[in-house]
Amino acid sequence: MEEIIKILKQFRPDIDFENQKNLIGDGLLDSLDIVSIVSEFDSEFDIEIPVEEITPENFNSVQAMKELIERLKDEA
Amino acid sequence: MVNILSYLENSAKAFPQKIAFADDETEITFSGLKNAAMAIASRILELTNSERNVPVVVLLKKSVNCITAFMGITYAADFYTPLDSTSPQARLLKIKDTLRPRLIITTKELLPAAQSLGFCEEQIILIEDAVSHSIDSGKIEAALSGKIDTDPLYILFTSGSTGTPKGVTICHRSVIDYIEWVCNTFHFDENTRFGNQAPFYFDNSILDIYSTLKTGATTYIIPEKLFIFPVKLIEYLNEKKINTIFWVPSALIYAANSKILSKQIPQYLTKILFCGEVMPNKQLNIWRRALPDALYANLYGPTEITDVCAYYMVDREMSDDEPLPIGFPCANTDIIVLNEKNEAVKGSEIGELCVRGTSLSLGYYNNPEKTRDAFVQNPLNPYYPELIYRTGDLVKYNERHELIYLCRRDFQIKHMGHRIEIGEIETAALSLPNMENGCIVYDEQANKIVLFYQSETLDDAAVLVGMRDLLPKYMLPNRLIKLDRMPMNANGKIDRVTLKESLKK
Repeated sequence: MEEIIKILKQFRPDIDFENQKNLIGDGLLDSLDIVSIVSEFDSEFDIEIPVEEITPENFNSVQAMKELIERLKDEA
Repeated sequence: MVNILSYLENSAKAFPQKIAFADDETEITFSGLKNAAMAIASRILELTNSERNVPVVVLLKKSVNCITAFMGITYAADFYTPLDSTSPQARLLKIKDTLRPRLIITTKELLPAAQSLGFCEEQIILIEDAVSHSIDSGKIEAALSGKIDTDPLYILFTSGSTGTPKGVTICHRSVIDYIEWVCNTFHFDENTRFGNQAPFYFDNSILDIYSTLKTGATTYIIPEKLFIFPVKLIEYLNEKKINTIFWVPSALIYAANSKILSKQIPQYLTKILFCGEVMPNKQLNIWRRALPDALYANLYGPTEITDVCAYYMVDREMSDDEPLPIGFPCANTDIIVLNEKNEAVKGSEIGELCVRGTSLSLGYYNNPEKTRDAFVQNPLNPYYPELIYRTGDLVKYNERHELIYLCRRDFQIKHMGHRIEIGEIETAALSLPNMENGCIVYDEQANKIVLFYQSETLDDAAVLVGMRDLLPKYMLPNRLIKLDRMPMNANGKIDRVTLKESLKK
């Protein structure tokens, strides 16, 4: 969790990731952010986030992102 | 034909009830657009006392309303500048200082933003009220009767190296010249369904907007959010039966890299055009394998020559590592490639791409110095005044006599399709309190804007937070590297070469 927040803060130090649960829905993260975040997750956690998993639901909160990363790691 | 309104008038007659533009909330027909625009124009003419060629800015979220506002301003014989509603106030104020707009069109929702830019009550038009204003056809006709085709239609602002954006001023004649070419070349007609990606402050959108008005096509304004989620993007294209797109390569590259095309394809898509930055053949080939029968065209051009001055219809197999040509000049446009001695290049010699023709901008608004630097007398013609635009792009001809783009001759970059002067980012970074020194290097391999900086008290987060108040998001550094001291070269300047080298490790 900490690690994810650290990565996210790198791109968006202005967002309170611990408490925001609707990052996409509220328009806090945009396409530029998601592009950066996906590629950083891929390299940091040694995963490959497939296109079907790049959905608003999976990126709406840190918790959702954590679950996505863990699921992909388990599958690997 | 002297005014682009003829396009709208003709389509409103031929296809009155057809949808012209649609976004995720609303849609408008050609006749609806004409009426709403004339209502807005009537309100504008009241406020301007029917003066012509007045600058009017539009502060709206990207939507059908923007198009209505643009056409309203055009009916009032004035010219428009769309403001990016997500851009920080500091940058919008710089644009306002240069343009000195008389009026602003906005909505109730954005009214506080308009007020904080310093517009007073009698300068603000709320579009939700203006569209139902009573139409004064006589006033509109009188205003338009004095408008000529070399009068401005719009002014779009691009990044400026000293930190002040430059207002590229484009007249009706240039847009007509471009739209006639583009509709004939790509056979757009009333069955064309555009999927618009380009923001309206970016001139790629000129193709979508004015081709739609000319041919009676329909433009679907794709919600920006969908470009994040490839699966939803393809679903949208299929649901709306989009057959034509003109996108920035970044959007096409992102979709190709996501591997979506091997699972799902946009089944109605037959024309794929792109412009704004280099399109790599690697990702283009992914598209070509997914949609082998579609037409692919690489368009090239800066805002200063009305969107596009050269194009290449992809007509042969290309390997992944080959550069995609920018091809040949558009009709009624001439391209001259000049070497350092200001002579036309010979053979495959490298030179600067310069443009001649009706497409040339009238210049940078309220900025004679920058205008004189970029719009200059054609050195090959000493006989009468003739301007060319110097793009700053270095190119050469290949063995097929197609133009090949090589690189910039200055500090301009293309990042995610946006044209950015590195100087504008540096100016913002250096303006932060307690920033001692800084330098921007563009990492082409990783597509990242890297800021090297020197400061006792600032850390990465503080720098980024500070810069967000000064620059639009696409100009913010993607990576920050704090140094104890900047490396200097023999001339006492920051050593950019060393900094760039350090990124390769």
